[in-house]
Amino acid sequence: MRIGVDVGGTNTDAVLIDGARILASTKQPTSSDVRTGVAGAIAAVLAQAGVASQAVRSVMIGTTHFTNALVERNSLDRVGIIRLASPSGEALPPLTGWPEALVERIGRRLFLLPGGYEVDGREISPLDEAAVRAAARALREEGVTSIAVSSAFAPMNGAMEERAAELILSEHPEARISSSHAIGRLGIIERENGTILNAALSTLARQVMASFVEALVDLGVRAPLYISQNDGTLTSSDSAARYPVMTIGSGPTNSMRGAAFLTGLQNAIVMDVGGTTCDIGVLAKGFPRESSIAVDIGGVRTNFRMPDILAIGLGGGTRIHLDPALYTADRLDEGALRIGPDSTGYRITSESRVFGGDTLTASDVAVGSGYASFGDPLALPEMSDAVRRTIWSQMQAVLANGLDVMKTAPGDATIIAVGGGHFLVADDMPGASTVVRPPHAEVANAVGAAIAQVGVQLEQIVDYDHAPRDEALARLRGEAKAALIEAGGAPSSFEVVDVDEIFLSYLPGRSAQVRLKAVCDLEEAAGGEAPAAMADIHHAY
Amino acid sequence: MRIERSALPDLAFGAAFLGSGGGGDPYYSLLLAEAAFERSDGFELVSLDDVADDALLAPCGWVGAPTVSVEKLPNGREAVDGLRRLETLMGRRIDAVLPIEIGGSNGLAPFIAAAEMGVPVVDCDGMGRAFPESQMAIFNIRGLSACPSVVTAACGALSVIETDDNNKHERIARALSVALGGIAHMVEYPLSGAQAKATAIPGSISTAIAIGKAVREARAAQGDPFEALAAAVEATGLYPHCRVLFDGKIVDLERETRGGFSVGKVTVEGLKSPGHMTIEFQNENLVAWHDGVLRAMVPDLITIMDSETADTITTERLKYGQRVKVVAAAAPAQLRDAVALSFVGPEAFGYETSFIPVEHLNPETRS
Repeated sequence: MRIGVDVGGTNTDAVLIDGARILASTKQPTSSDVRTGVAGAIAAVLAQAGVASQAVRSVMIGTTHFTNALVERNSLDRVGIIRLASPSGEALPPLTGWPEALVERIGRRLFLLPGGYEVDGREISPLDEAAVRAAARALREEGVTSIAVSSAFAPMNGAMEERAAELILSEHPEARISSSHAIGRLGIIERENGTILNAALSTLARQVMASFVEALVDLGVRAPLYISQNDGTLTSSDSAARYPVMTIGSGPTNSMRGAAFLTGLQNAIVMDVGGTTCDIGVLAKGFPRESSIAVDIGGVRTNFRMPDILAIGLGGGTRIHLDPALYTADRLDEGALRIGPDSTGYRITSESRVFGGDTLTASDVAVGSGYASFGDPLALPEMSDAVRRTIWSQMQAVLANGLDVMKTAPGDATIIAVGGGHFLVADDMPGASTVVRPPHAEVANAVGAAIAQVGVQLEQIVDYDHAPRDEALARLRGEAKAALIEAGGAPSSFEVVDVDEIFLSYLPGRSAQVRLKAVCDLEEAAGGEAPAAMADIHHAY
Repeated sequence: MRIERSALPDLAFGAAFLGSGGGGDPYYSLLLAEAAFERSDGFELVSLDDVADDALLAPCGWVGAPTVSVEKLPNGREAVDGLRRLETLMGRRIDAVLPIEIGGSNGLAPFIAAAEMGVPVVDCDGMGRAFPESQMAIFNIRGLSACPSVVTAACGALSVIETDDNNKHERIARALSVALGGIAHMVEYPLSGAQAKATAIPGSISTAIAIGKAVREARAAQGDPFEALAAAVEATGLYPHCRVLFDGKIVDLERETRGGFSVGKVTVEGLKSPGHMTIEFQNENLVAWHDGVLRAMVPDLITIMDSETADTITTERLKYGQRVKVVAAAAPAQLRDAVALSFVGPEAFGYETSFIPVEHLNPETRS
């Protein structure tokens, strides 16, 4: 049995799953104390299903903690930034193009040191070990423990970054090092940006992961803990503590994967309606379509794999702006009505009319129109059918617009409506051929976390004149498989989901940049013993 | 004319469009230009008309693989090293610089060099777009010599190329860039103000800025960025015709390396347009067919853009599933005469068809 948890800004959702069967689910307000919030949600599903905590084989958690920390610029560490590429790159130092407010939080402690590789694998310059040691000592004296290390062409060869990390630790044993080769793909600025963001999250990541582990210990759940990543795959909590930036954006991915699982549909458009927004994404072969454009996180350009999501300002708590004097009108003039984009957010349960508040929300209109039933319908203001229909159809038009933008084919699309506000997507929404509303739609994100696979993406430049293409791809496939088995994947379920080759222009011969992405189902531990990964987690904090 | 900092993203956007899919993503060039802007007293752009006939002008830019340029970043000394050596070779000071090609990252590069050298950038370039090889520059087409030419790299290495054969110059420069790690800075085709007035593509930098500005303003006003783009491209008369040819989604992509170039074909399936559009490229997009019917060909510009944001997608960033619009624009007149077409027309890229202007292939198309 598995537990999936989604810790959002508003709600914490949890589900208990046995094979493909959902035994229990819950949606609770997110508490400010991570440990008790997660423990409460897990305890709720265990109690609902009458299952003992020892029966749980794995726990998967998706969280927005790190996204929020970066967007709100809270709980960030000061970062020492070491780039190994000189003399290359001095014209474009780290942090170029960053928002000044964010730079103020993390500091501007830069070391541009010799090192890095050329595209053909030669060194740009040899590593200056004394200079790396000196930088480590300086940072130690300044009390900076979070350190980002990047070097040119590190995704092809991470050896120099690894050597630098050894040297730093020998001078500065407290250091927490983020290495770029473990974080990003080619494109040193974007990869380095991601590495610096990751380093800035070091302390928070350890605290959050420790809280998750404590929550499991509190409940007596002795099962490995996995954390959702932005591409919909899982990583160990130990790895997430070191690479928190890889978890950013996992929420929408989990919703979409959950929607695919709950409906059995592989190709559809998912509309995930929360309290404030409707996130629209495209499922292709069961996975979210990835964004083709660079992804900004907290104003910083990165090149992470992210789902292509269109967020529309319409959710269950969205405010309906209309003069109450017009509630009973026969018709509404153009401009009398405005839908959002502001929302009551998590205060919907106290501020909206059906919950006794005095703010008219999208949910109120849905309840009043018979599309949803919760709260107290008698608390709704008197409203004419014409006005109610106008508001409803205007909300459908807003959603239909978003749907149209995301559509990949002409004609009507199959829609999967999920999230706590899924009832806002009408069955007859313009542009939809069918609207599928699976059971447990409101906790699709937690379902997506629970059923996620382990994944890996490798990226290398291969010279096909020296290594025949088949051999080179087979070698990459082997490396991917080994990495996934290491991460707890079942070898029999290993699958390569994407191979992307870019032949490098101007270079002689047949050189290509190859990206290989592979996934595995998680091996469910057979016995009651926690796998080795769990023991590591307890030692790590 | 002083270039404001706010004009730099506009220039990057316009240069990306004029790159016709090639020339590399200008994002890093933009960051470099912004960093250089902060360090300098600002950038100065002068009209080609205002350049003295006896001025010495130096076209410059980066030569190499776009994929390398996003990993091995410049040191910052490369352009100045090359320009100073050119001054020594020519026995006089350089009066101004210009981009060898406006398209892609090279459209911004000369501003950084100019700021360091304390000279202005001339509002013109050598290609009016991007091309894969140096000898496709208008300066070669009009019979000027590429040499003396100086190739420099981040490590401080400097090579002077002296040959009176511009094709040989291109081959040597290409080999040097590979030896230097896949990317190098090159100063080439040094020319007088009078020669530039007779040959260069005039006004291409200010046109690129105007294109970027128009699209930025259209986005801010929630307008159609493609309408704004087409209007701005046509406005200066340099690119007299611009239309969206096709609207769809990438359903097939073939790419391989041949003769040191990225050669391939992309197929776009219609979403709002019927049928399929196929585009062949060699670093830059070369020819576009709609269900087998020719719709645009080199040297006219063919640019594939994100259908939502109107951002240019360079050929190395094309990806299965992307939703795109294919936009074509008439090349500057200088590239369309018989002599120029023998260097940069479809036959020069191995096609058997003769050049037909995009406005003749698409008389009715509206954006």
